[in-house]
Amino acid sequence: MNDLHSPNGVPVIDIHDITKTYEMGKLTLNVLKGISLQIKRGEFVSIMGPSGSGKSTLMNILGALDQPTSGEYNLDGEDIAKLSQVDLARIRNRKIGFVFQSFNLLKRTSAQRQVELPLIYAGARDRSKRARAALEAVGLQDRLDHLPSELSGGQQQRVAIARAIVGDPSIILADEPTGNLDSKSGTEVMQIFQRLNQEQGITTVFVTHDPWIARHTQRVIMIRDGQIVADQQVAEPLVAGESERPSEAEELQGIFEAAYATPNAGAAD
Amino acid sequence: MNILENLRIALDNLMLNRLRALLTILGIVIGVAAVTSLISLGRGVEDYIASQFEGLGADILTVRARPPTRGFNRSAITPLTTADVAALESDAIAPSLIAVTAEYQVQGTVVYRYDSISSSIRGVSPNYAAVNDWYPLEGGFFTEQDNTAQSQIAFMGKTAIEDLFGDENYDPTGETILINDLPFTVVGIMEEQSSTFGQDPNSAILVPLLTAQSKLGNARVAGSGYSVSTIQAQIAEDGDVDTATDEIETYLLAEHGITNPDLADFSVSNPETISEARTEVFATLTLFLSAIAAISLLVGGIGVMNIMLVSVSERTREIGLRKAVGARSSDILSQFMIEALMLSLLGGAGGILLALGVTTIAGNALLSGVTPSLSADVFLLATGVCTGIGILFGLYPANRAARMQPIQALRFE
Repeated sequence: MNDLHSPNGVPVIDIHDITKTYEMGKLTLNVLKGISLQIKRGEFVSIMGPSGSGKSTLMNILGALDQPTSGEYNLDGEDIAKLSQVDLARIRNRKIGFVFQSFNLLKRTSAQRQVELPLIYAGARDRSKRARAALEAVGLQDRLDHLPSELSGGQQQRVAIARAIVGDPSIILADEPTGNLDSKSGTEVMQIFQRLNQEQGITTVFVTHDPWIARHTQRVIMIRDGQIVADQQVAEPLVAGESERPSEAEELQGIFEAAYATPNAGAAD
Repeated sequence: MNILENLRIALDNLMLNRLRALLTILGIVIGVAAVTSLISLGRGVEDYIASQFEGLGADILTVRARPPTRGFNRSAITPLTTADVAALESDAIAPSLIAVTAEYQVQGTVVYRYDSISSSIRGVSPNYAAVNDWYPLEGGFFTEQDNTAQSQIAFMGKTAIEDLFGDENYDPTGETILINDLPFTVVGIMEEQSSTFGQDPNSAILVPLLTAQSKLGNARVAGSGYSVSTIQAQIAEDGDVDTATDEIETYLLAEHGITNPDLADFSVSNPETISEARTEVFATLTLFLSAIAAISLLVGGIGVMNIMLVSVSERTREIGLRKAVGARSSDILSQFMIEALMLSLLGGAGGILLALGVTTIAGNALLSGVTPSLSADVFLLATGVCTGIGILFGLYPANRAARMQPIQALRFE
């Protein structure tokens, strides 16, 4: 159904009729109510939805952190809906790279060692070489020995991105990756994601509630109450850094009864 | 994921929380040091006891009258007598014995000119010297004639000489001393002997047995000659301790009219059995003290568990992240197990070092003559116990870490 959108047409993620139900005492919570979607290799997708829509649960399932109650999940040719914990750990290690809103770097650990972490669990031998290459890809080749406390928020997130890509995963899952950053750092991080997607063809899935972030991706999947309500290609994805984010005043234009005017109206926010 | 990497992670984490790790380790250090130094000091004392009994003839049985250890009638004791000595000397009654000697002790006041000492006076048979392999420095010991004549003569040990004459090198041979107001002529000096358990054999003043029994004490027993304090019996080369003991017991039980051996009013002992009994008592004491010390080790282990639980809780997000990037539960388990083991083994190493110091100081300064024996098996025991503590008290926290769900762990604030 989405062959047109994909650079080469091979689905990396192929889920069919996924449901997730939580039993809370006598209460049954249907968080996901039958979700089917495909994401092709090289796509840059955002999954949007308000709090409680189920987007986080979907991301946990996509990231093999959680398993669906029913349905099929094929990741890069492997059926992972019913794998054991040990196999799920292997899948997370080899096929998925996570980027979190709060970076989740290890305390008092050098950037290079942070990036080596997935390789340690993979038992890889050329760890330091690969970690340095990944840090170079995010522009931190001169910060190898820096601790998180010696790096800015944007730089910390770039370390986390390097950690996500170092194992050459099938897909990167990013949960509000710019949520904790100021707009300048956020733009830098977005630029890195876009560059990695374009230059290295890394399949990337953002989970966000921020439409401005979603506008930088190629495709937006909207979830509400556990179901997909929209799945659209972005006609002209924004290039990070090329346009200013509209101020809240501009976004809320025309909703007020009285004319809305502030002394700074029109100035950059 | 290999052990080296886990070791590195554990070491990094211990270094991050140096003080905390140090305090936790200290608990183990104290426990291990207490147990190992007690064991090694205890063993040192056991060795000391054994060495004290060395040289005391293992082939000599000592018979004493004493109240029965069981039964109601604990006061009725039939004394040992010279008749018993004579009987035990006969091959018909005790074929395993080659020599029997008797001793009769009285307390005496010994006076030389204006000096007086109070001393235990030991009346001994003429064969006492041969049986105990303890002779005068020069010349012979008492003769049978000295005994029957109730001669008032005495042999003195070096310490007794020093006490009475003020100089242990003084030769009092030929001097007359008063024992309980009776004049005795000193006829010789006994060879010097090393002391045993604080009892100095050199403080002895020896007189003929019959002299002591009739002139210094009142040892006459109706129908049986004289009473004696102890009988020493030397076992023949082809006899053994058990048979000889049996022969003596059988004779004395019959003589004293006792049918139940548990009610015996005498004891038959030999240096070896005394040594063994004392060593056994001390080993039990050591074990008991070590068990008390082991409680501190238990407390130390609980300290390890406590700090590991804190560590696991503090690092919940780290655990979540590690799982998200591919750590299996077993990786997390081994990471925390290795950390717990590292804590307890470092504590064990420190404890052994401390124990080395403590036992050296205690051995040199406090208990002269006791060499603490801190041997390889104590090290192995300490290492084993610490490994056990690490596993026992590390398993629960590590398992708790390993079972964390990555999603919840990542969300943990």
